[in-house]
Amino acid sequence: MTTGTNYILGVYGDDDAALKAVKQIRAAGVKVHEVYSPFPIHGIDEALGYKRSRLPRAAFMFGTLGLILALTMQFWMLGYDWQMIIGGKNYASLPPFIPVTFELTVLLSALGMVATFMIASDLKPYKKARIFDIRITDDKHVVAIDLASNNALAKEEISSIVAQSGAEEVNEKIFE
Amino acid sequence: MEVVSSVRTPLVTGAKTVGDVTQDICERVEAKPAKSWFLAIAISLCFLAVGIYSLYVTLWEGIGVWGLNKTIGWAWDITNFVWWVGIGHAGTLISAILLLFRQKWRMSINRAAEAMTIFAVICAAIFPLVHMGRLWLGFYWVLPLPNTFGSLWVNFNSPLLWDVFAITTYFTVSLVFWYIGLIPDFATIRDRAKNKISAAIYGALSFGWTGAAKDWSRYETVSLILAGLATPLVLSVHTIVSFDFATSIIPGWHTTIFPPYFVAGAVFSGFAMVLTLMLITRKVYKLEDYITIQHIENMNIIIIVTGSIVGIAYLTELFMAWYSGVSYEQYAFLNRATGPYWWAYATMMTCNVVSPQLFWFKKIRTSLWATFALSIVVNIGMWFERFVIIVTSLHRDFLPSSWAMFYPTFYDVGDYLFTFGFFFTAFFLFAKFFPVINMAEVKGIIKSNTSSQKALK
Repeated sequence: MTTGTNYILGVYGDDDAALKAVKQIRAAGVKVHEVYSPFPIHGIDEALGYKRSRLPRAAFMFGTLGLILALTMQFWMLGYDWQMIIGGKNYASLPPFIPVTFELTVLLSALGMVATFMIASDLKPYKKARIFDIRITDDKHVVAIDLASNNALAKEEISSIVAQSGAEEVNEKIFE
Repeated sequence: MEVVSSVRTPLVTGAKTVGDVTQDICERVEAKPAKSWFLAIAISLCFLAVGIYSLYVTLWEGIGVWGLNKTIGWAWDITNFVWWVGIGHAGTLISAILLLFRQKWRMSINRAAEAMTIFAVICAAIFPLVHMGRLWLGFYWVLPLPNTFGSLWVNFNSPLLWDVFAITTYFTVSLVFWYIGLIPDFATIRDRAKNKISAAIYGALSFGWTGAAKDWSRYETVSLILAGLATPLVLSVHTIVSFDFATSIIPGWHTTIFPPYFVAGAVFSGFAMVLTLMLITRKVYKLEDYITIQHIENMNIIIIVTGSIVGIAYLTELFMAWYSGVSYEQYAFLNRATGPYWWAYATMMTCNVVSPQLFWFKKIRTSLWATFALSIVVNIGMWFERFVIIVTSLHRDFLPSSWAMFYPTFYDVGDYLFTFGFFFTAFFLFAKFFPVINMAEVKGIIKSNTSSQKALK
């Protein structure tokens, strides 16, 4: 036995082949760790059984926060904290506050959602990428299978299932 | 499996494979810069040097060094500001609005157009900042920060303040949108890096991207929602810029058609600038297979549409001035067309209304030289549009005794040169060190694209 995490990798040259393979491998009872690709493969989420992202909800909530903050700030500052008559108008009224409210809603919604994405996917400048295959960011699609989560099956069995799924190569990857 | 009609012109020509896309785009980043690149950046840096001197004097002496006078308090500075903000609009239109409309031809031009947006907005922001005079105190004047005067807050009823929020939000969201798109491509460059320094730099820039399906799924969600947010945002930005004028009571500015008319004008000038730069980039980097004649034709069609909207807006303004029966309004427009600044008005009309109509001819809109020349003409016209709106509305005010003319000084020109120097230096650095085409997006359309090409044969 080797130390660290041991993966079997199926390498595919085509996105549709990788998608078909994922369905086959999962149907054969093998748990797929993750699929890595140079561009998004359409339909892979369903094939891997991923739920829809909840990022739209995050965007909505951050947007609502921006809206409330912007309105509170403007009404408090001009309507309560320091009242000033400008052009003979009310101290505070909604119509002239709409542009700033809109901008802050968009700003907080965008920044909040992107920050949520960065945290959820653990993307940060000093992070060392866990590269399964150097060609993933070029033109190869890789289906990674974690051996530890497939205890019921022997390594050779998994390899043959991957090979039968139409993989160009079947490789092993060990992360120390 | 996606099916593309065989009748449709392919978006990428030259029967490229996914691997070819990586190779074609990355080799520009990895190779030593060409002599033409050094020459281009040297010229830009010369402009920047003159501009830095001019800006230094402007900041040191104050804006009295500009040609402004008591009657004309806004001239080149605000003209340049509106012009640069307008140029930025094409990038967001391409990356956000065309994404929502599922226009796939945007894919090979969005990266460079978004970069232009970011640099153009920085250039634009310089003018109002410098115009504040004591820029170092500006934070208290434009941002609602607690201060020792009370706190005396900023005036949220003022369109100038709305502009601060609009431009800041626009810049931030555009930058984030652009960067999210760059992450997977930085990862590609990182994985190809030959030496340790570039591996470390592109490694940090790629944020540890691995291309996992889960991350791609989130990436696509984020892109779609950012596009949805950026679409009303980009329309709001030039709307609010137009409020700077439209909410005043100056004849020539006090117009309700300003918001849509400014937005159309912004997209018009933005696409012209995208064409100017993309035609050069395409030639220098030999990207003819990615930025095809089809792309150029599509952009020229947008120029006809927006140019015609601008033309209609000019005519509507003239009609409304006559129809309103307000003598001041009528004089403002008569003075624009026939007064001492008639030449600026004539330049604007020729460049913005007449010249884009030439694109109705297929021969002209598919010709590279004609497109390049007309794209520059359009931007000259759009600069004059802002100059006409701003200066000719101000120079003859309600009291004939205060009528004046505006004469730019060296520093008016020099500060404008600064923005050109900055814009082109930034663009050339971008074109050298960043992937100029969104590889990940283009790779996604390669297969459906090549199969349609095969069907054509």
